[in-house]
Order: sequence, then C-alpha cells, then structure tokens
Amino acid sequence: MSVASLKVNGRVHNLDVDPKCPLLYVLRDNLELTNPRFGCGVGQCGACTVLVDNRAVRSCQLTVANAAGREIVTLEGLETNGKPHPVQAAFIAEQTFQCGYCLNGWVLTAKALLDKNPHPTDAEMRRSFESLVCRCGSHVGIFAAIRRASESAKRSA
Amino acid sequence: MPPKLEISRREFVKDAGGLLIGFSLADSGIVPRVLAAAPAETITAPSPSRLDSWLHIDKEGLVHVFTGKAEIGMGVSTAYAQIVAEELDVPLNRVVMVMGDTSVTTNQGGVGGSTSIMLGAKPLRNASANARYMLMQMASQRLGVPADQLEVKDGVVRVKGDASKSVAYAELASAGDLNDTLKVSGDGFALNVQGPGKPKDPSEYSIVGKPVPREDLPPKILGRYKYVTDVRVPGMLHGRVIRPSGVGATFVNVDETAAKAVPGFVKTVVKENFVGVVAENEWAAIQAAKALRVTWTEPKQAFPEQQDLYAHMRSVPVKASRETLKRGDVDVALASAAKKVEASYEFPFQSHATMGPGCAVADVRPGGITTVWSGGQKPHELQKGYAQLLRVPVDTVRVVWVEDAGSYGRPGFEDTGADAVLLSAATGKPVRVQWMREDMTAWGTKGPAVICDLAAALDAQGEATAVRFTSRAFSGGETHFRPGDAGNYLGAQLTGIPNTSGVDEFAQWGAESAPYAFQNIHAMAHVVPAFYDSASPLRTTHLRDPEGPATSFATESFMDEIAAATGADPVEFRFKHLDDARAKAVLTAATQKAGWDTRPSPKKAATESDIAKGRGIGLSTRNGTYVGTVAEVEVNRKTGAVRVTRFVCAHDCGLIINPEALRTTIEANLIQSISRSLKEEVTFNRSNVTSVDWVTYPVARASDVPDRVDVILINHPELPSTGAGEPSSRAVAAAIANAVFDATGARVRQAPLTPARVKAALDALRSA
Ligand code: FES
Ligand code: FES
Repeated sequence: MSVASLKVNGRVHNLDVDPKCPLLYVLRDNLELTNPRFGCGVGQCGACTVLVDNRAVRSCQLTVANAAGREIVTLEGLETNGKPHPVQAAFIAEQTFQCGYCLNGWVLTAKALLDKNPHPTDAEMRRSFESLVCRCGSHVGIFAAIRRASESAKRSA
Repeated sequence: MPPKLEISRREFVKDAGGLLIGFSLADSGIVPRVLAAAPAETITAPSPSRLDSWLHIDKEGLVHVFTGKAEIGMGVSTAYAQIVAEELDVPLNRVVMVMGDTSVTTNQGGVGGSTSIMLGAKPLRNASANARYMLMQMASQRLGVPADQLEVKDGVVRVKGDASKSVAYAELASAGDLNDTLKVSGDGFALNVQGPGKPKDPSEYSIVGKPVPREDLPPKILGRYKYVTDVRVPGMLHGRVIRPSGVGATFVNVDETAAKAVPGFVKTVVKENFVGVVAENEWAAIQAAKALRVTWTEPKQAFPEQQDLYAHMRSVPVKASRETLKRGDVDVALASAAKKVEASYEFPFQSHATMGPGCAVADVRPGGITTVWSGGQKPHELQKGYAQLLRVPVDTVRVVWVEDAGSYGRPGFEDTGADAVLLSAATGKPVRVQWMREDMTAWGTKGPAVICDLAAALDAQGEATAVRFTSRAFSGGETHFRPGDAGNYLGAQLTGIPNTSGVDEFAQWGAESAPYAFQNIHAMAHVVPAFYDSASPLRTTHLRDPEGPATSFATESFMDEIAAATGADPVEFRFKHLDDARAKAVLTAATQKAGWDTRPSPKKAATESDIAKGRGIGLSTRNGTYVGTVAEVEVNRKTGAVRVTRFVCAHDCGLIINPEALRTTIEANLIQSISRSLKEEVTFNRSNVTSVDWVTYPVARASDVPDRVDVILINHPELPSTGAGEPSSRAVAAAIANAVFDATGARVRQAPLTPARVKAALDALRSA
C-alpha cells in the first residue's frame, strides 16, 4: 500500500491503495463512484471508460500509479453546474440505449472524439467506436446521438 | 436469536408516509437504506386481491405502483407508468414504479417471453381503473355531487363546469384507505385482477400510445442510475468464484498460500466442487481468486469436437419428440411430387454474454431474514430457490430485483445470486459477487444448438403442395427458465445438489410460426440429450426468442429456396401461401418502404464485381405479433464478408403503448440479430467452452451497423398489445441469408454467416 493522489472530477483524493490496482476498482470501491462499470476487465469492451487528460481511457487497464497526478473525469463528472454536457444532452434527446450498462464507453469516447474532431465523418465515427461493445445493439441510437451532438456544436459554433 | 427483520408492506407504506418503498427509478440506492431502517417480523408477500398491493397514493399525490415485473432495459417501466397515469388521469411524472421486490410486489411470474406488456400490464390497468373508481366514489361523497358529474385532471377531481369544487387524489387517499378487494384470476404471467372499475376505452387515450421519453435514461446517461452492481450494504465483502478446470472435474485440494498473502483476503470457501474466495475489497477478491491454487481431477470428455457437433446431434438417440403441426398428408404429397426441394439448416450454441457479467449481493442471516439483491428476471422464483438452497422457509427470504445489464432471457444472473448466497452463508457477512468476463461468457447458460431439416413437394404445375419440418435440438430448458429450485443454479450443482430442474423444450414449427397455408404440413421436433447433466458450461436455456431465430432461420430460408425452385419472387411466393391479413400487411409495409425489386432470386448481375448486393425478406410471427423484415446486404466475393447495409422492419404488436421505446427496442433487436446471424458461435473443446471473452466470442461492432434502419410501426388500438422485443429477432438471420443468396446465388445454411462459411458456399457454387 502507498498513498496515491488522484484528481477525480475536480477533487483531489489522497488514498492508501495498492499502486498496481486498476483505477476502475479504486473509483468504484474507494471513491464509491458508480461509473465507470466493470464489463470485461481486459480492455475489450469500454464499459470502464473514463477521461484521463480528456482522452478516453479504459480504467480496468490503467493502474492507480499511472493515473496519479492526472485529470480524471468520470461520467458523473461531465455535467457542469447541474447542466448535462451537450454530448449527454444529445444521448438523452435521442433516447439512446437499452440497458445502458455500456454507456460510459460510448458517451465518454464520443466526448473525447468530438472535442478533437467536432464533425467526424461516418467512417471516422465507426473507427473511433470499433473497440467498444454494446451487447444490446443500441448502435443506431448511439450514432444518431453523436451526429446530433456534432450538429449542435456546429450550430453553436 | 438475532432480531428478526420485518418488512410488512402495509406498515412500510404507512411509516414511510411518502417515502419510497424498495427500489425506485428515482433513487435505487435507497434500497439498502430502507432495508437497514426497517423494523420487522415477517415478510408477507402482498395478496393480489388487495388493491393496495398494486398501488398506493401518498400524501404528496405520488402514485406508487408495485409490480412483480422487472425492467430489463427496454422501457417496460415507462410503459407501465403510462398505463397507470392514463387510467388515473395523473401526470406521468407522478407515477413511481416499484418493481420486483418480493416483499412488496405480487408474483407476476417475472419477465419472460416478451409478455410484460401483453399480460403484465393487465392487472395494473385494472387495478388503476378500480382505484380511479373508488376515488370518484369518495370524491362524490365529499363534494356532494354524483360521480358522473365529476372529471379528473392531473390527479384532481372536480365538478364538471365548476372548477372551484374540487378535491385532490392525495387528500382523498390519505383520508380513506384504498384497500378494496379485487377478483383474482390466473397466476404467473397470466395473473389478473378485476373489480367494479372499468378501464378506459382506447379511443379516450391521451398518454398511452404517445412517444414518452423513457424515465430511466436521463439518470443512466447522467451517471446517477444505480444498477445491482452499485448496491452497497454496510459491512459488505467482495467475492469471486473459481470454476472447475472443465466439465465434471472435481475438487482435490487447494493451496491458499499465495491468496492469503493478498492484503484484504478474508476466506476461501469450498463446498464440494464450489470454490470461492471472499475479500475486503473487489481488487483483493480478484487477486486472491487468481492466486488460489486449486487442484482438480481431470475433466470429463463430455463434449464432441466442435466440428462434429451437428453429426453428433443427428446420430445421438433423441430424448423426447413432439408433433407440433399436422395438416393433410405430407408423405403422400412428397411421394407423388413432381419435384422435391430439400435442405438442412444448422444453428450453433450462442451465449447471452451480457454486457456486465452477473452481479448480486446476498446478506444471509441464519434465524433471521436473508436478503438478496439480484438482476434476475424472476425475483419470486429466486426467493423460492434461494430459500431451498439455504433450507429456510420461503418467507424468511427477500429478493430485491435491481436492474443489471440487459439479460436477453436467462443468462445466469440467478446463478450469480446463488454464488453470493453460498459465500455470504459461509462468511456470515453480506457478500457482493460479480462474475469475471469468462464466468459469464464461458460458464453462463447458452442458447441451444438446433438442426432443422426441411422438405417440400412441388406438383407438376410447380406449385408447393406440402412442407415437412423436422428439428433436432438441445432443450431450451435444460436449465429451467423459471429458477425456482436450488438445483437450478450452477453454484448449487457444484455443491452436489442434483440438477433436477430441466424440462424438454422443443425447437418447433407450430402455432407460433409464420401462418403459411400449405395444403399439407407436418412438423416434428426432437430434443437431444444434454452433454452432461450437472454444472455444464454448455447447459442450455432461454436466450432471446428461445429457438425462434434458429427455427426461423430454417423455415424462412426454406421459403426462399422453394420460391427459387419455382421461379417466383420471394415475397410473391409468400403472399400466395398466406391468408392472414396482418402477415400480409407487414410484408407489404416493409417491401414498399424498401422499394422491393420484384423478381426471382438470385439477382442476375450483368458483370460479376467483387461486391455483390442483394435483398432478402423474412416474416415472423410470435404470440400475436407480426414482423416483416427486409435486409439489404453487400457480400465481398473475395473474402466472404457480409455487411448489412439497410434494414426495413415493419412491426405490428396490436395496441402500441410507447412508440418511441418500441422503436428503439426493435432497432436494438435488429442489431443484436446481425451479431447473432453473422458472428456469434460458442466454441468448445471436449471439456470446456473456449469462448471466454469478446475476442473469442465476437459480437457486432460499430462497423457492422447498417447505414440505414427503418422501423415501421403498425398500430392496432382495437387489438390487445402483444409482445415486442423478441419477435423482431426471429427472422433476421433468414432475411440476411436470403439477401446473400439474392446477391450471389450462394445459399448458406449454417449460422452464423461468417466470411469462411460464405466463402465456402461461393467456392462450392463456382466449382458446381
Ligand atoms: S471493463 Fe475495461 S474494457 Fe471492459
Ligand atoms: S445498452 Fe445494453 S449493452 Fe449497450
């Protein structure tokens, strides 16, 4: 055990944890956050996605030691002043998802993608999301939401 | 004796005085808190004959609705809320659903067969109509005006034409008890109640039938929703299970040295062949499970080599047989046929492979009340099964359903709950268990492998006069889909409890299949015996639309094969053999929207390019729901890769409650069906399932999503609502295979249509 300093959703936490522990379990067990979620534990699905320095990262594959000192944002940290992030708003407007268990991956990867590339082509979108799983098959709504978010960014630009 | 924990529902409702009981969508995290605060003696399940077993109006006017059903990610809870809000004339956001807590909801058989709206809504609708009836009587007395001169708006009863005279439901309900007695009929899925209050005529509907946003989605997307994975109970430990090294392997010994060195390690639990480990936190449990050195005996060679699966199914003596359709004399027609068409179709084992591996929390209290939080679709069955597992009376076990990842049937969430029960009983502490990915994909239950043999007789005019269908399949109920026995659970079987829960369920062509009116039809279904009768990773049970995708893959592919043999367009051929107006209507709607090109398949391509395009149709019916699906595909002739570029799906399930939720549910079913049609196949060797994760059990990804999906909803307000969800899964594999045939002339009769299979069919065509 050793003390790691984690900055999550804008707050710094000093935690006495195994530095080799994947960030996922520390966020869930120590900080009692409910997102990210455990899906596979081996980097294949994206259910455990968080933003680390605004890049979508799989928290089941990132050790606490490597996460320390970086800017970590989880799904619950995406809102500002109680207002949903535009990407979240687009997913809500499209009524995307069946069970929603997968959605940390899709929402946060979409946010990271649109920040870098506000108007991705269909092919770019598919490429960015190819490594994510949605077992329920909610993809039609997912793509619609991302297009909506991209459009609304265009309008407000 | 430890103090007993009483959860008397009526006391609860009173004491809570506006507090939510059990799980609510608004804040499911309340579950453990309410439980912790509850004083109690017994857990009496509410009687369906009492109105207040179904709903309760609190002093704020919130309508709490209690249902034994569960939300499995398709918006059923929102549809229920719409139905209740409609009958009571209250705004939708005043309805709070309390679902699947055995201590406060009636036993409605849980979720299954896409019956939640068709059957599950009935008692809620009738109970709501009766509540409204009672409230109107009370208001009539209070206001001194006959009930027929009263109207309701937003939960306030007022005198027609004089809004100054009014009284709110909240006021009425707090003055008198809404505890009328209702007449009960049926049980399980068919449970219904009736009283003097009659439901509205559908023509008066203003909430039902409207696209209403699903209430669970904003909290999910904002990260506030609590799944069963997020249930935390004070003092809770974390468990992981260690499965045998293969089917039939038995426990020899365990070396705990390395596991004990993991900080936070608590205990290794061994009960016969059930092995688990408990630790203070999740990471410790995972590490300890890895570090445990378990020695097992050599596993049994219970399975055939994978490539011999279908040969095995054909050669093994069948265990049970059933004739499911018989009309005319197929033997005579086939014997005198001018031409015969024959084909066999094969469908593999598939895995539920839920997005989140199962999770459950159990708090076993000997001599007290045991509570289990589970995402299993049938909480009242689990209550019985877990009580049996613990050998305690049923009314000392409370099962609280909390949403888990989408389940598509009976994926094994029940088994996770049993694992948690066993680990909690062994440690005397509440234990949370989440499976690892391989525990779900490899050791979770499977959808059965199915073979269908078909034959048709054509007369001298080329007309199809007879069809014969014969299936050989593993039972859809090797593991009973109603998990009400201890022997039903994987963990329990590992402890030595015999698996006595199975039933024979057939892959059938019968009353539930597309209603083709051939003169002569004969359908037989055979069940082949399970490979191994206890704790088998290839044990089969319900997976979305049990057997439907497999049998429809066969029958709907075969319709196209007959059409091709008679030189007919596949849609025209179907029309010729259909009398049913609703079946014809979905075919018409789908093909019109798709701009169906009427001609026989395969398409005559002027030049043979690398990418061949085609279109295919599939018709399915299920429990009164009709679906016509057009698939358009591109086939890469070089690689055999198939991509669905467009779906058009016309869907008729009678009265539509929430078109928006219905549309997204159908879309998701279609994408999941692409996955099952093109990719999913459980792999195994002689002793083990070798599909363990998303690489070895691939599913549809972003690149597999069609460019366009059109869903056409056909509403029949005059008809009862029938199932939605599963019916649209049924004929997708056939529609895709038919489109591949249309594009290339190659008929693929084995699912999934992987590039290798399609390539092989293309090569065979070329060398023919
Ligand atoms: S849980 Fe991390 S990628 Fe699946
Ligand atoms: S919505 Fe269920 S896994 Fe994506």
